[in-house]
Amino acid sequence: MKSSVITFPGSNCDRDIDVALKKFGFKNRMVWHADVELPKSDLVVLPGGFSYGDYLRCGSMAAKTKIMQSVINFAKGGGLVLGICNGFQILVETGLVPGVLLRNKYLEFICKNVFVKINNKHNIFFKSLEKDILEFHIAHNEGNYFCSKDQLKEIEDNDQVALYYCNQNGDTEEQYNPNGSIKNIAGIFNKEKNIFGLMPHPERMIDKSLSGEDGSLFFKNLINNLK
Amino acid sequence: MIVSEQIAIDHGLKKDEFKKICQLLKRTPNITELGIFSAMWNEHCSYKSSKIHLKTLPTKGKRVIQGPGENAGVVDIDDGDAIVFKIESHNHPSFIEPYQGAATGVGGIMRDVFTMGARPIANLNSIHFGSPQHKKTKNLLRGVVHGIGGYGNCMGVPTIAGQTSFDSSYNDNILVNAMTLGLVKKNKIFYSKAAGLNKPIIYVGSKTGRDGIHGASMASANFDEKIEEKKPTVQVGDPFTEKLLLEACLELMTGDSIIAIQDMGAAGLTSSSVEMASKGNLGIEINLNNIPCRESNMTPYEIMLSESQERMLIILENGKEELAKKIFEKWNLDFAVIGKTTNSKKIELFFNNNQVASIPINTLVENSPVYDRKWKKTKMPRRNKFKKEVFKNLKIIDVLNKILANSNVCSKEWIWQQFDHTVMGDTIQKPGGDAGVVRIHGTNKAVATSVDSSAVYCWAHPFTGGKQIVCESWRNLISVGATPIALTNCLNFGSPENENNMGEFVECLQGIAEACEYLKYPIVSGNVSFYNQTKDIGIKPTPTIGGVGLIKNYSKMVTMEFKEVNSIVLVIGKTEGNIDQSIFARYILDEKNGPPPEINFFNEKNIGETLLKLIENDLIKSAHDVSLGGILTAISKMCIKGNKGINLKKPKLLIHELEYFFCEDQGRYIIEVHPNNLKTIKNILDKNAVHYDELGTINDNNELYFNDKIKVAIEELKNSNTYWLKDYMRK
Repeated sequence: MKSSVITFPGSNCDRDIDVALKKFGFKNRMVWHADVELPKSDLVVLPGGFSYGDYLRCGSMAAKTKIMQSVINFAKGGGLVLGICNGFQILVETGLVPGVLLRNKYLEFICKNVFVKINNKHNIFFKSLEKDILEFHIAHNEGNYFCSKDQLKEIEDNDQVALYYCNQNGDTEEQYNPNGSIKNIAGIFNKEKNIFGLMPHPERMIDKSLSGEDGSLFFKNLINNLK
Repeated sequence: MIVSEQIAIDHGLKKDEFKKICQLLKRTPNITELGIFSAMWNEHCSYKSSKIHLKTLPTKGKRVIQGPGENAGVVDIDDGDAIVFKIESHNHPSFIEPYQGAATGVGGIMRDVFTMGARPIANLNSIHFGSPQHKKTKNLLRGVVHGIGGYGNCMGVPTIAGQTSFDSSYNDNILVNAMTLGLVKKNKIFYSKAAGLNKPIIYVGSKTGRDGIHGASMASANFDEKIEEKKPTVQVGDPFTEKLLLEACLELMTGDSIIAIQDMGAAGLTSSSVEMASKGNLGIEINLNNIPCRESNMTPYEIMLSESQERMLIILENGKEELAKKIFEKWNLDFAVIGKTTNSKKIELFFNNNQVASIPINTLVENSPVYDRKWKKTKMPRRNKFKKEVFKNLKIIDVLNKILANSNVCSKEWIWQQFDHTVMGDTIQKPGGDAGVVRIHGTNKAVATSVDSSAVYCWAHPFTGGKQIVCESWRNLISVGATPIALTNCLNFGSPENENNMGEFVECLQGIAEACEYLKYPIVSGNVSFYNQTKDIGIKPTPTIGGVGLIKNYSKMVTMEFKEVNSIVLVIGKTEGNIDQSIFARYILDEKNGPPPEINFFNEKNIGETLLKLIENDLIKSAHDVSLGGILTAISKMCIKGNKGINLKKPKLLIHELEYFFCEDQGRYIIEVHPNNLKTIKNILDKNAVHYDELGTINDNNELYFNDKIKVAIEELKNSNTYWLKDYMRK
């Protein structure tokens, strides 16, 4: 399986996701932001970080780059795109997934482990994953997902919510919401479910010596689904 | 403009110093030259009050590749790998403008590390604030934490450990010390020593603006009421540009284009160019018209003294300009050839085809003033005799809850959760333990690191305090199973012109030197920050030690949380029950005088090395050093982190239980061991003459039992420990 990770100026989780993808069997290529052509890929990943310093608005400048036009075309043709953290912010800026990401509720950067509940397994990202609740890791300042009432209805009607923040038992009360996201939303799909944006970093959970191993489950499952 | 004595004094120079400059030059300097002298001769750059004392520090060791004198120290961690590390202060800017002050402190120290060719792999910080009740404390703390996070998080370097304290002596002079570790191949280390004639000097990074002009002089002056006027001297950070600069520099460093490289830190272009020329015993010629400027009509004076951030000076091999230019352009950074090396042994500056400065390098460096300041010895305070009645009305659990919620003991989670501590995917011990640990990417090795200071002990008796912090740093590394290698220090003190403050400096340093010598724990880099005071009152002496240790096989790393029910808990090292200067004496008994706990080097080393042996033999399930708040505080934290309870018994000793459980005697660790291994462990401890007391057994009911009588839920202890800071900040 071939994957591509886009490196923008200011991306800083590009190496981490490269390590993770390779560990679980992807043939990964790093793609420079100034490139125009996207290499042939089964999966394109927009990594975490602070693309263009996140000045102006998180992800907004990256969304306007030439390579992103290729990514947009790839996604619109049904190609699989995963946006993690800053990558998610870029996805919402391009409009590939609905909504916006505001500053966290307490206006503070948060770095910690969280639990997320998988809402929808009828897609290539989560199909056949045994667990329903995963322990992931977040590290962001602008992860407070927001959208209009109408949008929310549409998102829910189309089953576009991918992940909800929850506790280890899957309860999704407000107290398990780390950043103020509407309805505890941690990740969403586009309508067709080939584009997935999430704030947590599965690539930081791929080794028992790290924060945990639920990221390994995610990547293993993903590559199996792609085969 | 004709430079008068008054202008020199306004630049922070003393009358005698100005006279000396005129003698050395055999003429009166012009304003640009005066600016350069004032920048090079201030305390921050010249170390004029500390130099003679710093020379006494032990700086050599079998793993030391580079000691003090470079951008950072370097130590060998085997297999051709080396760690580059250093700590630096950014105290005064952070008090004036906490966000930018702290942010640029972090940026500056990372630059020092990647200047040497190392990719930063871990950040740490040691931050000290005034009393929580002081009106400025909350905003300063919030600003500093946001600033450190704002810069470090954007750079994508994990902040894995730190230290925060509150003390009224920092009310008007907070401390912000930032430390960075970087990883480099031993044969790819870059230095700042210029070499060769007519080599191109290039400027890369951000453009030069008017920010930070005279920052280093400001950092070398006392604070007064006019402090607000100094805001324009605080630099503004741009972590995005620094991230690009990091990647561009490391890309250029893969080749062999660079002869020497130096970041533009304090005193900007002035100190970077002078230092490179001085180390290479060369001259340097710069055309100031070629400097990329952000603002129009900047004068030579302003260009030379600007402290704009994210800039580097590089001396290239001839003919490598195009190659280097391509790399920096790829990363959207400014690149300019601004001059060349010469044999004049002078710094010569040109602007609009006129020579605007010509100063022999040695007058700026070797001939800079050196002072042997007067200093006063601190007498050992007399020990307090606490009458037993004092303890009568104290309930041990109440005391414990109070201590756990003390601002200096409580969990600092509110702070470190705002720092990305897991980016780069190699953090195997997060903040909140004894030391942070990161793996060396792709290997079985890991490095452990911690920052420590004990201002209260150093204030009570500087010599003992100096010894104590080195030992504490050593202990923190050992607690996670790392062999201590070397350290960096940040020496935060009051005015060197005050005999008492100078005495604190001299004696702390003597203590540090003795401990480093005994433990074979050399100092490879550091920084001195004097004039930490408001008006005439100095801060408590706060030398900060940043230690680095090596874990050869990270599967043997130890953490502090209790692991398993029925494990036995021991304290190793002897408990004498001296409570002077403990949190217990200071905050519960309200006794602020007395001597700090004594250090016994033999025991310290013996116990530490024995514990490392036990860890090496997989006999230790968890470990934690005993520090602030004593045994019971240490155990409570291990219970809280591990979500386990414990049945405790005080050993049959003559000391009162409050003294036993809350004293801060040094050289002790709490260890958790499997019952089946107890005998083996006791044998090893006996054989090595290590004292131990058996304290109890871990239980599964999440309560701390005390002599079978008193009990408290771990949840209650956790609440005491966890919420103080969060509540304080969100109220």
